[in-house]
Amino acid sequence: MKELWKGNEAIAEAAIRAGVESYFGYPITPQTELLEYFSRRMPELGRAFVQAESEVAAINMVYGAASAGARAMSSSSSPGISLMQEGLSYIAGSEVPVVLVDIMRGGPGLGNIAPSQGDYFQLTKGGGHGDYRPIVLAPASVQEAADLTYGAFDLAEKYRHIVIIAADGNIGQMMEPIELPPPRKIEKRDRGWELTGAAGRPRRIITSIYLQPEVLHKFNVHLQEKQREIEKNEVRFAEFLMDDAEYAVVAFGSSARASQTAVKWARAKGIRVGLFRPISLYPFPYERIAQIAQRVKAMLVVEMSSGQMIEDVQLGVLGRVPIKFYGVMGGLVPFPDEVLPEIERLVR
Amino acid sequence: MVAPGNHKGYPYQRGNMINEHMQTVFKYPDSMTEVATHYCPGCTHGVIHRLIAQVIDELGIREKTIGVAPVGCSVFIYNYFDIDFAEAAHGRAPAMATGIKRSLPDRVVFTYQGDGDLAAIGTAEIMHAAARGENITVIFVNNAIYGMTGGQMAPTTLPGMKTTSSPRGRDVELQGFPIKMSEILAQMSGATYIVRRSVHDPGNINRTKKAIRNAFNVQLNQAGFAMVEILSSCPTNWGVTPADALKFVKEQMIPYYPLGDYKVADAVKNFITP
Repeated sequence: MKELWKGNEAIAEAAIRAGVESYFGYPITPQTELLEYFSRRMPELGRAFVQAESEVAAINMVYGAASAGARAMSSSSSPGISLMQEGLSYIAGSEVPVVLVDIMRGGPGLGNIAPSQGDYFQLTKGGGHGDYRPIVLAPASVQEAADLTYGAFDLAEKYRHIVIIAADGNIGQMMEPIELPPPRKIEKRDRGWELTGAAGRPRRIITSIYLQPEVLHKFNVHLQEKQREIEKNEVRFAEFLMDDAEYAVVAFGSSARASQTAVKWARAKGIRVGLFRPISLYPFPYERIAQIAQRVKAMLVVEMSSGQMIEDVQLGVLGRVPIKFYGVMGGLVPFPDEVLPEIERLVR
Repeated sequence: MVAPGNHKGYPYQRGNMINEHMQTVFKYPDSMTEVATHYCPGCTHGVIHRLIAQVIDELGIREKTIGVAPVGCSVFIYNYFDIDFAEAAHGRAPAMATGIKRSLPDRVVFTYQGDGDLAAIGTAEIMHAAARGENITVIFVNNAIYGMTGGQMAPTTLPGMKTTSSPRGRDVELQGFPIKMSEILAQMSGATYIVRRSVHDPGNINRTKKAIRNAFNVQLNQAGFAMVEILSSCPTNWGVTPADALKFVKEQMIPYYPLGDYKVADAVKNFITP
């Protein structure tokens, strides 16, 4: 049976049902309900919860918990994610599995607390120092936010890597009827790398330092092989009325919700347009975008930013068709009646 | 009994030199790996490492202890311990230790941090770990300088002390005053055992070992946050001989950083040795 859930709380409950064992966070709007929800539920379940002194500390607590083998996560919003980039780089460099939720808000700087997609670059291009890219999954509904979070831990553990749920503030704050996944029990497991005390086995070290350039190079080659594996296996996207489309709108998250309505309206006007919605922002669906570029006449990218994902769309399209852009910033959300004229301009 | 060929006059445990007339009074701790350290001659990190390893051995906790390494000269401490170890980002060891301890409450978790790590970049993390009464043990090695980067001014550098980033000597008008972490952390309700020791001579080394043992016992009794600050020498970056460096600890550092027990909460008095 479906229940009405707020996005932030649905994400938190989905993580709990996925067996998250340790949560560390810091208050920041518009993700604070996540912290509050965990503060209530985790102690009830005998699991770890700490409200940290900063996002810097929170991500390092996650780093510690994940190093100790726990299913560990944190959540924050854009300025807090900026602070976490140091820790994320270490986590990538140490190959411990971590899940992070970013309920994106307006920037740069303090910006505001309204919804935004301006974290696309900092999430998908690495964010911290060094060569790594977290897996970034962007939900467009509360149901999808819960489902992606539920699966994020397995994904993080499969690759011993970071998985980020990138939801704009709309997804975190709105309420929708959803069906939550069933609770899972995570059995104590030894995967051969976690720190649990060197009892009856050789000691283990979790570190990201390799002083000798040749050794660090080799480690980076290994990391890049992992990234290629992720790019091969973890591409996710959704399509709406794309089969016979002559034009494509490309958008993710809330932008895709508004765009989908605009696509419907455009269809009613006889325009053969469809919606392509990347779900995995990294790995980005370049191949699919390239295929679409071979059969549409033009594309429109809609984002709640100055145009960040559009660079990846351009990389997929490689100049084969014109790409137009419609973006709003400052915490504004694109409305279907703004997107529709942009679609009509594509046709003209 | 002097072992044959051992001109220094103390018996080894190794080899075939042990017979019924000999007893082991000193050996490589089981918790250490038999690896030569990378530390400079006269540096006291090695002594402090050994004290920790001896305490881990004596408490029988090698198999359930997890260390958290800092950034600084002791970044490679995990090479010298035969225990599980995590390498933290600069200053973040107490946060990482919090994550480990909260996830595995029955393990023993300690951080090993220098003064740049703990008293500058990691000030927030250490203060709040203490404030929360995080049940971890912190070994804080204070040598009043950034060693690994080549001798820059630390938050603990003494007034007037010359470093590569205070070439005319630390001017407190411009560069402020050294931070006394033990005095500060002793104010935290969550901290239950905060002491400062030194390793500049054998008597003080023994007192330091006792304090480290106490700090681990506090954790084993789930009694809150424990820290041992240890005044340490850095002959290389102070630009003095190892012997003069120990003299500097005694004559210059101790007057500014007095040794002593800054906090021994009632809750821990039963299982520590004064």
